Amino acid sequence: MSEIHDLSVAQLSQALQTKELGAVEVAKHFLGRVEKDKLGSFLSHNPELTLRKANESQARIRLNQARPLEGVPIAHKDVFVTKDFPSTAGSKMLEGYRSSFDATVVDKFAQAGCVPLGKLNCDEFAMGSSNENSAYGPTLNPWNAQAVPGGSSGGSAAAVSARLTPAATGTDTGGSIRQPASFCGITGIKPTYGRASRYGMIAYASSLDQAGPMAKDALDCALLLSAMCGPDLDRDSTSLDMVEEDYTKTLNQSIKGLKIGVPKEFFGSGLALEVKSALEEAQSVFKSLGAEFVPITLPKTELSIPVYYIIAPAEASSNLSRFDGVRYGHRAKEYNDLMQMYKKSRAEGFGAEVKKRIMTGAYVLSHGYYDAYYLQAQKIRRLIAEDFQAAFKECDLIMGPVAPTTAWGLGEKTADPLSSYLADIFTLPASLAGLPAMSVPCGMSKAAKPLPIGMQLIGNYVQESKLLNAAHQYQLQTQWHTMSPEMTGDLT
Amino acid sequence: MSKSDSQHKAQAAQSMPLIQGYEVVIGFETHAQLLTKSKIFSRASTHFGAEPNTQACAVDLALPGALPVMNKRAVECAIRLGLALGSHVAHRSIFARKNYFYPDLPKGYQISQFEIPVVQGGEISFFVGTTPKTVRLVRAHLEEDAGKSLHENFIGMSGIDLNRAGTPLLEIVTEPDMRSSQEAVAYAKELHKIVTWIQICDGNMQEGSFRCDANVSVRKPGEPLGTRREIKNLNSFKFMQQAIDFEVLWQIEQLEEGRAIEQATVLFDPETGETRSMRTKEDAADYRYFPDPDLPPLVIAPEWIEEIKNSMPELPRAMAERFVNTYALPAYDATTLTQSPQMARYFEATVKACGQAKLASNWIMGELSRKLNEENVLIESCPISAAQLGEIISNISKGEISNNSGKVLLEALWASPSSAIAELITAKGLKQVNDLAALEKIIDEVLAANADNVAQYRAGKEKAFNALIGQAMKASKGQANPQQLTELLKKKLS
Repeated sequence: MSEIHDLSVAQLSQALQTKELGAVEVAKHFLGRVEKDKLGSFLSHNPELTLRKANESQARIRLNQARPLEGVPIAHKDVFVTKDFPSTAGSKMLEGYRSSFDATVVDKFAQAGCVPLGKLNCDEFAMGSSNENSAYGPTLNPWNAQAVPGGSSGGSAAAVSARLTPAATGTDTGGSIRQPASFCGITGIKPTYGRASRYGMIAYASSLDQAGPMAKDALDCALLLSAMCGPDLDRDSTSLDMVEEDYTKTLNQSIKGLKIGVPKEFFGSGLALEVKSALEEAQSVFKSLGAEFVPITLPKTELSIPVYYIIAPAEASSNLSRFDGVRYGHRAKEYNDLMQMYKKSRAEGFGAEVKKRIMTGAYVLSHGYYDAYYLQAQKIRRLIAEDFQAAFKECDLIMGPVAPTTAWGLGEKTADPLSSYLADIFTLPASLAGLPAMSVPCGMSKAAKPLPIGMQLIGNYVQESKLLNAAHQYQLQTQWHTMSPEMTGDLT
Repeated sequence: MSKSDSQHKAQAAQSMPLIQGYEVVIGFETHAQLLTKSKIFSRASTHFGAEPNTQACAVDLALPGALPVMNKRAVECAIRLGLALGSHVAHRSIFARKNYFYPDLPKGYQISQFEIPVVQGGEISFFVGTTPKTVRLVRAHLEEDAGKSLHENFIGMSGIDLNRAGTPLLEIVTEPDMRSSQEAVAYAKELHKIVTWIQICDGNMQEGSFRCDANVSVRKPGEPLGTRREIKNLNSFKFMQQAIDFEVLWQIEQLEEGRAIEQATVLFDPETGETRSMRTKEDAADYRYFPDPDLPPLVIAPEWIEEIKNSMPELPRAMAERFVNTYALPAYDATTLTQSPQMARYFEATVKACGQAKLASNWIMGELSRKLNEENVLIESCPISAAQLGEIISNISKGEISNNSGKVLLEALWASPSSAIAELITAKGLKQVNDLAALEKIIDEVLAANADNVAQYRAGKEKAFNALIGQAMKASKGQANPQQLTELLKKKLS
């Protein structure tokens, strides 16, 4: 049998249920790897607690009371609040913060029998695409320690890729699951907006934030997504009123005749050649399975960047107002009056990127600018969503790159933040439209230390099953999702 | 100009007392705290008076990750108000965030409604004395209350109590339709009556359940609206009148001395009876309103409105009209009797018991109200039941007892509500003498004993007649039926 850490969630789950492996043994194995983490992917862990939960799982398995994911370790992005671990959102503002409740998603995984390993690094308040905006230091890409893992769910992607955890949660506001999944060579899906509860997710941009699973392959994502989705109407008003689905049941359908749209705007000059050729190879795999490719157009693709960088900061500027030093979180040590307390606490507690977005957001919402920026952005956002609906008249799924390039070098874009905003171009449209989208490994770069390449699949509303099935069918034919950075990377 | 607009102007013109040549213009913003068990966006209790911060959950404390969920009952309250005031209840309205920093505002924004409120338009009609008046509504919108800052008993620091944070409010905004402090107070009283009548607010002004802000300006007749100043948090009708009166005179003084009025928010100090500026427009914050992405648009199905409509009580105005039509009461009586549903119910039950609407009205508005006020008892706790009052009135109208004896009975019953009325009449000797033979005997005796009065009367002195009646009444120990007594005496003397 392969090493425990090379097992997928599905394999691990089966080995646990058949008692081939014990939950405690599995937990210890992963904890051992977490302890030796050189990537900075974990922000907190608690072996004692993890082992206690693993023991409980083991007891349930022994008593034949195992739940669907009994004993499977999972780690959560630090924007999910947890009772058992600190919840910092990668910010100094929330250093050591303990939540009095668990996020719905965290709770659902606990109810499914998952054993929590700890909390994962991320860009501060999920703002960033390199994980370099964390107040607790960057996470490194396991394939190349000089490269970023992507972000904002960089800790989640790196930890899964480096086999520190078989599964992780992530959140995606403008690509924060898909892009790091692509950069680290794992599979991740952002479901339809509203499919997973936002309750207990520390809000960045409420109309865009969506939780999703990050794991080795589509089957694992289907298992995890089935556990984490579902209505949460009493706690999240934007939660969709739709019953839970078992996404694994629809994974083995033929994709013969499946129409896959290829937006011409996703294959322009900005796309790195090696990414383009990897996608072309992927297309031929799909063709061999009987899928058809149809050219489509998403004309507002470029506008998604300014639209996103207006709407997301606008909502963030308001969402982050609660961090005022009054009730919890960082408070400046010295101040003369209330205003100074606010100013110093927030100036000290927030990092540069967060401040930049708060200021941008406050600006676009302010009197005299609201109509020109925020309102205009909302209008274009609707047009972007309409473009997708027009495209879905021609096709069942849309395929394209996740990012224009593979992972960039640490520090490479810090001096020029605009270039990292521009790199979000392919993930933003689906976020703005609220559509489900996933990242599937589809190649490696030709560099001395090869870096993964990801393919993006976008589906229509609540068609996660269609996405996962297509990705699974593809993965049955390919090996990219099985590759481990231990083969070529900087881990060992 | 629509018909109602022109009617409105005509009405405004006729009730426009000028003060030193200035016309007073007042508009109201009222925050009515809604009678819900839990908060507008959380499940924490809204009960008043609990220990600080014991009624604030994760949502009210704005803990990271907490999200708001709309309380349906608060929406129902808004719909009830909309139906009561003939407003348009929006099929789709939007919650917005009003962003500002304050320690008692945990999220750093207040969830309110900005561009599209749930209740739009409508009007309130009432009497100022005997003059009818109508005030148009601009809107009523749902929003959450903030917490409270506690500035006492904290060494060098302020405390924050978030029990009130998230309490549902309906902010009710009028057009600047009022032209005097009397009209303003009458409006506020009418609105207070309506929100308590339809049971969406307990109306407790001391506890802040019903808070009024008055926008006051003055102008020379015919000129455009003057610059307004907003008097905040008027929490009694008495202060409301004082504050507006002071503000009006202050503004006129400024203008007369050639100073311009600066738009400002002012507070009324009951100690000094003066208003003073808290902040001017220059300090006004940019609230950066935008639709709250945590809350989808509030959609109200017509069926829901219909359902609520069917559960609405008869409203005071409709009830007053019915009293005029059914019981032939004067409009004044009808309005007075519909000050509260309890009083209206008491009236109708009394009428049912005695069949004498005008007498019932007189007794309730007169003697009974006097007694209730004197004893500081609300009509719903009146020891004398409507049936008992009806029985007293019946006895009077049938001539069994005199009106004055009725008052004696009322006092006696108040002290001993379980007594039987018939027994009290006997025990207190209140029964009128309607026996003609007995009356004749009394009159004969009186005439014999007062020959001089008889002579005076016959000489044309009307007053002497009254003296004789008085003597006869005295001789009957007050129990003679006055009408019969007069008739008999006239007959004897003719």
